[in-house]
Amino acid sequence: MAYKIIVCAKQVPDTNEIKTNPETGTLIRDGVPSILNNDDANALEEALKLKDAYPGTKITVITMGPPQATEMLEECLAMGADDAILLSDRALGGSDTWATSNAVAAGIRKVVAEEGDFDIIFAGRQAIDGDTAQVGPQIAEKLGVPQVSYVKEFSIDGKEITVKRALEDGYELIKLQTPCLLTAIKELNTPRYMFINGIYKAMKYPIKVWNAADIGVDLNTVGLKASPTNVFKSFTPKPKEPGKKIEGDTDNDLAKNLLIALKKKHII
Amino acid sequence: MAIKDFNAVKNIWVFAEQRHGKLMNVALELIGEGYRLSREMPEGTKVCGVLIGSEEDIAPLADELFAYGADEVYKLADPLLEQYTTDGYTKVLADAVEELLPEIVIFGATHIGRDLAPRVAARLDTGLTADCTRLDIDMNNYIDFLVRDTTCNTKGLTPEDPKKDLLKQTRPAFGGFLMATSIPPRTRPTMSTVRPGVMKKRDRDDSLKGTPIDVKVNLTEDDIKIQVVEVVKAAKELVSLTDADIICSGGRGLGGPEGFNLIREFADKVGGVVGSSRAAVDAGWIDHSHQVGQTGTTVKPKIYFACGISGAIQHLAGMQTSDCIVAINKDPDAPIFEVADYGIVGDLYKVIPQIIAEWDNAEDLANHAE
Repeated sequence: MAYKIIVCAKQVPDTNEIKTNPETGTLIRDGVPSILNNDDANALEEALKLKDAYPGTKITVITMGPPQATEMLEECLAMGADDAILLSDRALGGSDTWATSNAVAAGIRKVVAEEGDFDIIFAGRQAIDGDTAQVGPQIAEKLGVPQVSYVKEFSIDGKEITVKRALEDGYELIKLQTPCLLTAIKELNTPRYMFINGIYKAMKYPIKVWNAADIGVDLNTVGLKASPTNVFKSFTPKPKEPGKKIEGDTDNDLAKNLLIALKKKHII
Repeated sequence: MAIKDFNAVKNIWVFAEQRHGKLMNVALELIGEGYRLSREMPEGTKVCGVLIGSEEDIAPLADELFAYGADEVYKLADPLLEQYTTDGYTKVLADAVEELLPEIVIFGATHIGRDLAPRVAARLDTGLTADCTRLDIDMNNYIDFLVRDTTCNTKGLTPEDPKKDLLKQTRPAFGGFLMATSIPPRTRPTMSTVRPGVMKKRDRDDSLKGTPIDVKVNLTEDDIKIQVVEVVKAAKELVSLTDADIICSGGRGLGGPEGFNLIREFADKVGGVVGSSRAAVDAGWIDHSHQVGQTGTTVKPKIYFACGISGAIQHLAGMQTSDCIVAINKDPDAPIFEVADYGIVGDLYKVIPQIIAEWDNAEDLANHAE
């Protein structure tokens, strides 16, 4: 058995590296590295594990973004992905999650038209820059396949998939069949590193770059002007008032002075 | 098909999420928020609770929704809906929206709400905004919020703005360092998921009563492509960080897993629950279910004690909106002190036992302090 796997990934700014200017409260974005989104690395890893177990399995990574997102695709290839596609076009810019899912679904349909049906789409649960968790389920809806989100364990036997879907206080054990879309959380696995041969391959691999016309997407369903949500205002929260340093000569004084302060402000 | 006629829609729907016949707290919070918003909309706008599940599970819940402020309760009942499935819930909810035409539909941003809402929005080809922490209709309230709590330049924004009647959905992005308000200019219904623990429930009033309306559902086994074999509650210690009033969190500064014994003792004393930073989870000192932060749980307790936590951005993103933050750390330059309301520079192994010892004396101490 060999599978056809599609992995949806996104290049994101590393939000751990973002700092704010304490004077103005604005984001300092300069020098912030772009990375493969964390949950998407888990999605790719699960696909790679499947390929390890079933040689002949083909993994195609698809993303939408500006031209420099090819860097992230090179990283995916260097980890072991077989093929990589970038959807890039000004007409796709400013897409919200609905419009993004229309574009990515159209890209996946083109992959299917050229190479046949997929078995599984793995996506990350959410991207760290937007945290919406919407694009995966919306791609599943546009392609008419079932989804399971928050997947923390995965196994497959032929066409039968068994997954654990994380809940806040436990999990659901779910069975379903291919084709389907699964969104990964970090409990699913530990992503591997790039390896030397993979890096060589990535360096010379012709990453496919498709525009809106290539994927035949209806221009009334993508981009800023078609998106059903628009950003009205964006801003930063006001910087917090400086806090109070609790003073005291002994540890007991520190504890007492803290409790007095909390009590006087009616916090306890 | 997307609904583009804004005059065709009316009312606010709240997905009243229940699990095994018990309402999620966020459902009642959203009834409260929906009630507040509906009174800022044209007269006669109602807030409606939408129950989905088996008749046995959902029938007893209608009274509770009315008592917390729902003007109407819709019941979408079918034996096939006893377990949550994306397929089953999406079909009946999307069908009901197309039949009854609500203007706004809001969901709790739970693992189920965040699975269901995007699928429903995609089926209806309408907009969805994730994880909102604030909703506004009234333009004056919205402008007041921008001026009071944000660095937004409100020049040119007036109560007569052409977009004034649209639902303004405000959410954090970039781990909370940026916020954005989105609006739905083109399609209806407007859909949002809302973070649990942010909106306020109304006081329960059992004199508020009503009769739920049964909505006919059209569902067959073939509509549901997945099979839920079982739902397992975690056997591990239940951590309800989102509901906690007090959280005592430990980080790398504990130095080892045994440090959480002191944090547990502290939490027991103050009636709190134990949280942790990612560093402590990654080190294997405590289970991931305790983790607060961007990749863990987002919390907003009345008091957050950060003990030996340096304050990495991804941690701050999950706790910085706590009502009161107390930081205890040896390093006076730790970033956690920048967001703390009260900071103690000291050895947590010495200071925390003193706080535990003096906790019950707080009232006396305050009375005798000048």
